[in-house]
Amino acid sequence: MDNQPNKQGYYGKFGGAFIPEMLHRNVEELKENYLKIIETKEFQDEFQLLLKDYVGRPTPLFHVQNLSKKYGAKIYLKREDLCHTGAHKLNNVVGQILLAKRLGKKHIIAETGAGQHGVATATVCALMGLECTVFMGSKDIQRQQPNVLRMKMLGAKVIPATSGSQTLKDATNEAIRHWINHPDDTHYVIGSTIGPHPYPDMVARFQSVISKEIRKQLLEKEGCETPDYVIACVGGGSNAAGAFYHFIDEPNVKLIGAEAAGEGIESGKTAATINIGTEGIIHGCKTLLMQSTDGQVLEAHSVSAGLDYPGIGPIHAHLHESGRAKYYPITDKEAIDAAFELTRSEGIIPALESAHAIAALSKIKFKPTDIVVVNLSGRGDKDMDTYSKHQIL
Amino acid sequence: MNKINQLFENKKKNILSIFFTAGYPKLESTGRIIQSLEKNGADLIEVGIPYSDPLADGPVIQATSSVALANGMNMNILFNQINEIKNSVTIPLILMGYLNPILQYGIEKFCTKAKECGISGVIIPDLPIDEYNSLYKSYFEESNLKFIFLITPNTSIERIQMIDNLSEGFIYAVSSSSTTGKELGFSNDQKEYLNRLNSMKLKNPIVVGFGIHNKETLQSAWEHANGAIIGSAYLKKLSENSDIEKATAEFFEKLK
Repeated sequence: MDNQPNKQGYYGKFGGAFIPEMLHRNVEELKENYLKIIETKEFQDEFQLLLKDYVGRPTPLFHVQNLSKKYGAKIYLKREDLCHTGAHKLNNVVGQILLAKRLGKKHIIAETGAGQHGVATATVCALMGLECTVFMGSKDIQRQQPNVLRMKMLGAKVIPATSGSQTLKDATNEAIRHWINHPDDTHYVIGSTIGPHPYPDMVARFQSVISKEIRKQLLEKEGCETPDYVIACVGGGSNAAGAFYHFIDEPNVKLIGAEAAGEGIESGKTAATINIGTEGIIHGCKTLLMQSTDGQVLEAHSVSAGLDYPGIGPIHAHLHESGRAKYYPITDKEAIDAAFELTRSEGIIPALESAHAIAALSKIKFKPTDIVVVNLSGRGDKDMDTYSKHQIL
Repeated sequence: MNKINQLFENKKKNILSIFFTAGYPKLESTGRIIQSLEKNGADLIEVGIPYSDPLADGPVIQATSSVALANGMNMNILFNQINEIKNSVTIPLILMGYLNPILQYGIEKFCTKAKECGISGVIIPDLPIDEYNSLYKSYFEESNLKFIFLITPNTSIERIQMIDNLSEGFIYAVSSSSTTGKELGFSNDQKEYLNRLNSMKLKNPIVVGFGIHNKETLQSAWEHANGAIIGSAYLKKLSENSDIEKATAEFFEKLK
């Protein structure tokens, strides 16, 4: 199967676990145990029940008629925005925290960009009675205030990352440093398909429920399990990995990623890692990243805090390199315009991140018979401040 | 013979290694820092290659790395600087840096250059043992560079034995579960951990790093290991006093 890495955590030449010795024991513990635990019936029963009754799954697959007319194809939205807490992030967090509990962990830490993963983590920690600390770039704390307040109300400690670009990359650095300093009873819930093996695989597996449901829902609605296109936005790549997962081995399904071009891929203010990145190491895995010729990690830029990351999950670096998936750069402006388009035509306000996936529709020439699934990864409440600045409401 | 092996053959105890970030406080400080450290009695020097995202480092090394990068430090400049002073330095020099800048420079070229500049060993904290063994070991060996592995209080006995078998210079024992620069005292847990290492009768000498910042912690480290490494505390001193010779002399005076 092309959706899983090899034993050392490699998807083709990307992946692996490039971590300092201080993290070896913890990462090894996860590597040795994650499959053993998540494949048990006891784990799956609890996980599936929580996905159903707590997260609110299955999320609907909704036929958007106005957008379909405009783009000349039959377009469905996979409504991950309707998950509890407002984004797909909760799928992974529920899985990882059930795993962490079985490993005897008492404290949970997480990094967050837009705050959706932080809110999801704080939420499940409140439910399970675990202590929660979330690291968030100071710049992101400013631009995603509602989520900061939600995390605090849920009882989490939010620690600002003040180094570097003060965004997701730096929040991830701080979370890793915290884990190095507190290795004994802490689990680090990484929110995307990034980090050392087994994280990318573990996160992709927990998110794969998205494509599993799409297959079932398409069979009911269209009489066929596979669409012609699956489109998802990509920051680190977890919602895209989940939406692609059960289609990777189906060559007739075209997989499209929408990455954040910021002000344009040649503007110097971008997060379009696949389009301008080169091979290297970031946060414990070998992948594509935005870096200087000296190998220093560059600061990313995107209006969307959730995509503002200079790396990409190794699964996507591999899907790109093998040509299995295609990744389009979407600018800040294109994403904001697409958010307004979806809102006004279908009555759904998307997260800025997910708006990038909507914007990708205009980059593709569809046939009238094409069935297209866009993964609407999150809802836009948290982005009202940005939206209202770009268009007078 | 590699200078690291020479050092440990001639001196079994009280070895002092100093880490500094190349390019800090000024781009051209490298040579003067190395010469001052040797003059004041350092046995070993770890030259830190600055990196934008030093995951295992605390605030002091993060900050000095940022300054060094802003000053324009890179691998070519660093090798040129070391090359200029190599004939005046007798103690072993070790390069310490994260993997990505080294990968971008090219591992093979890095090893060849390091050898030309008289470097004796390399520490790359985020290059794991398996990758080192399967992909890179031969480059380091061909250039007679000793690859120094880290162990921590959480490293298993089997893993320590494996690391001891692979190592030919010394083993870098991280004193506690922490990033660099935490100024904690020397706890009983740490002493116990180092005693446990001693009782394993490893073939390699043990040098302790992380958290050693004054005379007391240095003495404790020396009591329980062959040597000790100081990094953040020395960099802090450099940040307070920009006269490198004077700052270094004062720093060593306080350790006595």
